[in-house]
Amino acid sequence: MAAIRISAMKTAKAGEIIELKALIRHKMETGFRRGSRGEAIPRDIITHFVCLYNGEAVFEADFFPSVAANPFLIFYTRATESGTLEFRWTDQHGTVSSQTANISVES
Amino acid sequence: MVGLAGLSALPSFAVSQAAHVVVVGGGFGGATAARFLKRVAPLLRVTLVEPNTTYISCPMSNLVISGGRDIARQQFGYEALRCEGITVIHDLADDIDVAGRTVTLASGKVLTYDRLILSPGIDMRWNALPGYDAAAAEIMPHAWKAGLQTMLLRQQLEAMEDGGLVVMAVPDSPYRCPPGPYERASLIAYYLQQHKPASKLLILDAKDQFSKQPLFQAEWAARYSDVLEWRGATDDGRVSRVDPATMTLETDFDSISADVANVIPPQKAGQIAQRAGVADATGWCPIDAVSFESPLQPGIHVIGDATIAAPMPKSAFSANLQAKICAIQVVRLLAGEAPEPTVLVNTCYSYVSPEAAISIVGAYSNEGGAFANMPGAGGISPLEASGGDREREAAQAADWFSAITSETFL
Repeated sequence: MAAIRISAMKTAKAGEIIELKALIRHKMETGFRRGSRGEAIPRDIITHFVCLYNGEAVFEADFFPSVAANPFLIFYTRATESGTLEFRWTDQHGTVSSQTANISVES
Repeated sequence: MVGLAGLSALPSFAVSQAAHVVVVGGGFGGATAARFLKRVAPLLRVTLVEPNTTYISCPMSNLVISGGRDIARQQFGYEALRCEGITVIHDLADDIDVAGRTVTLASGKVLTYDRLILSPGIDMRWNALPGYDAAAAEIMPHAWKAGLQTMLLRQQLEAMEDGGLVVMAVPDSPYRCPPGPYERASLIAYYLQQHKPASKLLILDAKDQFSKQPLFQAEWAARYSDVLEWRGATDDGRVSRVDPATMTLETDFDSISADVANVIPPQKAGQIAQRAGVADATGWCPIDAVSFESPLQPGIHVIGDATIAAPMPKSAFSANLQAKICAIQVVRLLAGEAPEPTVLVNTCYSYVSPEAAISIVGAYSNEGGAFANMPGAGGISPLEASGGDREREAAQAADWFSAITSETFL
């Protein structure tokens, strides 16, 4: 259901500040709305995002019902070593959606 | 004809023969305002300032882009206005002195006014979309002001080989002609299907919702599903940078190489609005919706695309009607009377093929100085068209164009 997009530079110089972008298509249903027949629409939200750089968390965020649909994050980190960036979204049911990008860092 | 109701019953206003109204901008707003000022107050001196001797209409210009319509049919002059006693000066309004009530033209000539009506249309906000400036528009045309840009986009489509990719970049609101990009997309898709069926049209949109969306999407699904793809903002549709040298459009997560790129950039009120100090931080002009007078600069009225008139859209229909009402209010003010609220309407036709069209109608009150939708009035074409509906609306669109252009220019 959920679709992830990520954006990260493929190469960077050691010590360079790099921009990372992550988007997940998700309805972020608050749980406060009612349908056309008055029935409660159950809450369904993303609760957590983490970006792991070679396994180490460099950016983390908790999400709550007030966050709009299709959360989109732009954040920055320092390029230190070649390896893998993992972008990991977790919803309230514990379902994890994840995507990785490789980065090559020149010293 | 709403808004004209009662016009024939208007008394001749006791306007001093010496009163002078200057109108800047000779499009559907300005040219109409000049004519209606003369009609409502025949003794009034009216001067229209417009740099171009020929006006080229944006409405219907998407049919020029898709072929089958000569741009000559978009062109109008100002002879009829001169014949009615309007002084038409083909010059650029360069500066405005609000305290002294003067307009300085590029030639150096200075006009003194009692009331000023600005109908300056739009200017592009160059570099608001990084990489897109005036030079880029020669490679990736916007074609959002009709004329050479229209022909450039037409020529690029004609020159493109079958199998090419056409990309349209559509900005976030507000911009001139809200449904215009989607009419254009429909007609480009029609052209590709007819002449270059292996080609594709990709629409990259900075919005998720747009005017007449359910109708356009139903028509696209029925007619152009093989050639047209629309990508909204949450589907990474927002273009964040363009590079004309490589014909590349970048979104947050993607980079797309186009064979033809039609980039419609963010816009603002025409330059003279900034010089006059009637535009605010948004780049557009706030107005009192009854009198069209600027709350920022007394004595200056603003009409048409340059105004903040939502929910009234930036359309030729709106500009034309606003011009008539503004003309009446200006004459009332000159006669020492108070402007009166009324009801305004707008109709926008959009072609979905050269023979089929859809429409949206809105009705607005301006009571209290702000535009508001009239509840229960207006609407859009039915989603399920019965046989011939779309074709009849196309005929109505052509009739509308001939009516508005003859009222404004002929």
